[in-house]
Order: sequence, then structure tokens, then C-alpha cells
Amino acid sequence: MEQFTGKVWKLGDDIDTDIIIPTEYLALKTIEDMKLYGFSPLRPELAAQIGVGDVIVAGKNFGCGSSREQAPEVIKALGIKCIVAKSFARIFFRNSINNGLLLIEQPDLYDDVEEGDRVTVTVNEEIDYKGKKYPIASLPENLVEILQAGGLVKAMRIQNGLGG
Amino acid sequence: MGQTIIEKIISHNIGAESVKPGEIVTVAVDRVMLDDIMIPFIVDKFHEMGFSKLWDPDKVVLIYDHLVPASQLDDTRHYKVGDEFAKKYGIKNIHRSDGICHQLMTEAGYVKPGHVVFGTDSHTTTYGCVGAFSTGIGYTEMAAILGTGNLWVKVPETIKIVIEGKLPEYVMSKDIILRIIGDLGADGATYKALEFSGQTVDEMTVSSRMTMANMAIEAGAKCALFTPDEKTAEYCEIELDKYQKSLFGDGDASYCKVMTYRAEDFVPVMACPSQVDKIRSVSELKGIKIDQVFIGSCTNGRLEDIQMAARVLEGKRVSSFVKLIVTPASRKVYEEAAACGAMKTLAEAGAIITHPGCGLCCGRTGGILSDGERVVATNNRNFLGRMGTSKVEIYLASPAVAAMCAVAGEITADVSQ
Repeated sequence: MEQFTGKVWKLGDDIDTDIIIPTEYLALKTIEDMKLYGFSPLRPELAAQIGVGDVIVAGKNFGCGSSREQAPEVIKALGIKCIVAKSFARIFFRNSINNGLLLIEQPDLYDDVEEGDRVTVTVNEEIDYKGKKYPIASLPENLVEILQAGGLVKAMRIQNGLGG
Repeated sequence: MGQTIIEKIISHNIGAESVKPGEIVTVAVDRVMLDDIMIPFIVDKFHEMGFSKLWDPDKVVLIYDHLVPASQLDDTRHYKVGDEFAKKYGIKNIHRSDGICHQLMTEAGYVKPGHVVFGTDSHTTTYGCVGAFSTGIGYTEMAAILGTGNLWVKVPETIKIVIEGKLPEYVMSKDIILRIIGDLGADGATYKALEFSGQTVDEMTVSSRMTMANMAIEAGAKCALFTPDEKTAEYCEIELDKYQKSLFGDGDASYCKVMTYRAEDFVPVMACPSQVDKIRSVSELKGIKIDQVFIGSCTNGRLEDIQMAARVLEGKRVSSFVKLIVTPASRKVYEEAAACGAMKTLAEAGAIITHPGCGLCCGRTGGILSDGERVVATNNRNFLGRMGTSKVEIYLASPAVAAMCAVAGEITADVSQ
């Protein structure tokens, strides 16, 4: 099973899509242009600080608000490997899977973890933080198929006989 | 075993006798709504996926609303990309300056009771006002639907909300849905359907139901449903068929939660900065000074909302230190509000009346605010940075309360001021 270790950025409850990427930047041409403004209403300095392979740990209802798919795309473009939250808003959840961004629901890690610490994620099994194990559930099969294809675009390309 | 409305719609769609919450099924899509912000991304993904034609161009509706008229130099690129896509693939249902997508989808007759509809905007839940299953999705899923005509969904559990009795004067359906969001919490209905019933709901206009279905997403809901009735039939200009008439929650249907309210208990409320579920009665907030009032959006920009504002503002003046911005939800609403004299009343009271569209609600144009400013607004979100800088305080309210605040220059629910 895939395993990785990443540095934690800790965010709170109800991190909405306007915080992740405000509407005023949605008409920028590319996700690369937009990502500079990721999380700017809440923490303007954060986008520049996030490194490739880092992990976001958050409270409940992460990604609530609009259907803008730029939200998970910006997070992915910033280099975030996965988001661990107590719960996710449903459109954000679908959008993330469709873009190959791993989301993990875990009720307890948030309360224990501190920003800057490192966690080790074993996909579909557990998260290790300072030696303590936090169990995680497996995703439904249809979502695993999309994630394994590398997102919905690639899954559709395969269906259309174009190869991923 | 009986079924809830959403279970009936999904069963009918997939040709099954019944479905159960948690089942993952593939639905055939009746209509899709594509908006101007998302169109360039939808087009890119559609082509990346390798599609060369739409599954059914007649079921596709393209609406320019967030970016109309353009307020930033790059906005017109979105119209260009949309127009080229529509021409190439034969989309005829295009609205370039007719109003907000969620108003137009039912107003212009695209969505009927019992339909399954997806849109690239979270407030797509609005069409539950006519008994359609409608919800927001991202642009990648939209691209996949455009090519295939279907989408997987998980059958949601249903929360039943029963409201009986008569609402007090100047208390609107906005006050009801804000209170319910406060009671549920911003994630209280995540992955779930809301189903509204009771005498108060039966007596409500379709417009008032739209306000409630529109804001269901603010409690995380996947969709919100009202039983289609005679008012729905009249609004949609149809006769309800047997299937549409069957869209009510059965007495022995299974609900994960039932909430019951007495209409007489509702009072004017506001969602306070910066959470939609931070609900306080207006009387608790009385006296807080404000800089601006916004009446409009897909939540509360309809004729009855503008007429309510005009009723409150008749013969009065907007406070000298306050800007009142009124934005009709559609061109049709604009025309009707002009024809009935409501626009004249508002103009005489000192309102700034803008073109129909999303306007200030999405914070791109028409009255954005700066650090330290406070706005009372009838739209659906008061998130940080939604209508200007992240140091703007947004209070969400009904059109009646918003108009009262505009006169008083401070938060109030006192019509006599």
C-alpha cells in the first residue's frame, strides 16, 4: 500500500472555497496563476510556504461553499499530497477525487497534531503521528478506480480509447 | 416501505422499483447548466477527455451571469470560449445577459418537476423548488456528463422538515432557512437531502421556496425538495403528470431526522460574520452601524423580494451614510419590477439599481467593500472576502430586514424607522 511522509499545515473548521481561492482570482488564465492566492483571505503567506509533499490537516466541513473545482486544483498545484480532515463538504470531495487529490476522513488526528510536525500516511490503512496510529477507512470502489486512473479526465480518456 | 422524494426521483430515473440511501447508482441527466466562470475549464476538460460531440445539445444550457457585464479585462475571454463551444457543438440554449443561472433555469422553463439536473455552481440546489433533483458539481464531472449524459450519485438520506402555521408579517422564507441552517450547522446536512412540507410550505410561492432550496447547500445538503403542486404547475406552465404528482414523501418513508417548526415562532434573523450558521435574531444585533445594503442574488433577487423592499421603502429615504444596491435576479424580474412601480419606489428612496446578474454577491463587481466596512445582504454567503476584502463584515438577511436597515443606517427589524 502506498505510503508517504509529509509536513503538516494545520487549518481549522469550515475552510470554505472562497478562502481556498477567492472568486476575484477565478478568471485568471491558469491554476498556476491562481495558486499564488491560495488561502489568501485567511493566511496570505501560506501559499508561498507550502512545499511539495506537504499535508493539510483540518477540522470539520473542509471545502464547504462553492462548486469551484479550482479549489482542489489550487491545493494540488501548491504541492499538497493529501488533506486529512474530520469531514469534507460533498462537492469538494468529488472534485478532489476527480483531480486525483487524496482526501482522508479522520476524526482524531486534528485534535492531537501540531503544525510543522510530520505525519506518515499509509493509504487506506492508517496515519502515524509520533508513533500513534490513527485508523482510516477505505474509499468506495468506484472512487478508487478514478483515483487509480489519475483522475476523471484520464478515466474518460481510457473509456474513449485514448489511453491515460 | 415508502419512499422519500429524492428516492422516488432516483428510482424513476434509473427504472428501479426503489432505491435505498447509500446505494451508488448512475443517473441519466435531464438538464445541465454551465456558467460563465467555469466554461473555459469545462471546454478544456471535455477536449482532454477525448469527446468529439455532446450527448444531447438540447439538454445543455449555457448562462453568462457572474461576469456580465465584464468587470475585469480577461472576463470577455469566457464569453468567447463559451460562444465558440456552443457554435461548434450545437448548443442553442444560451443566455448572455438575461440574469442569474439559477433564476433562469426554472424561469425560462428548462427544469421541470422530477428532473435530474446538474450545474457547475453550488447553488444548483435551487431547482428543488419545483421538485427537481438538482445539485452542484465541478467542471471535470460536467465535462464527463457532456460526453456521456450520465453521472454516478450516492442515494442520500433525507432530513424531513415540517413547518405548520402562518408566518408573522415581514418574516420571510429567508428567515426560515437561515434559522434551519443555524439549527443544522454548516455541515449538518452534508451528503443529505432536505425535504420540506407542511401548511406554511404549501402556502408559499414558488419564489419563496426557491430561496430555501437555494440555501440548502449552506447546511451542506446535496439537494432540497418541495412537492410539486398547483403553484408549481402554473409556474412551470405545465400540467403535472402521474409521476410528478407522486413526488411527495410517503407516510412510511424512512428519514434520518425530522425537524418540526411552528411558523408563528419565526422571527427576523441574520447570519453574522463570517459563518452562514451563526444565526442571531435581529433584535439582538440592533444598533450595529452599517455602510451598505445589497438586495439581490439567486437567493433573494426575485419580484416578491423587490416588491417587499419597495413596500418597506415607500415614502422613505435610504440613510445618508448607506448605499443601497438593488440587483434583480433576471431581466424578467427587472421588467416586472419596473412595470409594477417597485423600481420607481426604490429609485425615489435613493437605491442604486443595477443590471440583472450575480452582481455583488460573488464580490467581483457593483459595490465591493473595503476593510472595516459592514454590509447587510440578501445573498447566501458571508464568507471571509466574499464581497470585498477579508476585513468586511457581511450580515445575511431577508429583503424586508435589509430594506429596514437601509433606512435606519443600522441593523434593525423595525419597519417604523
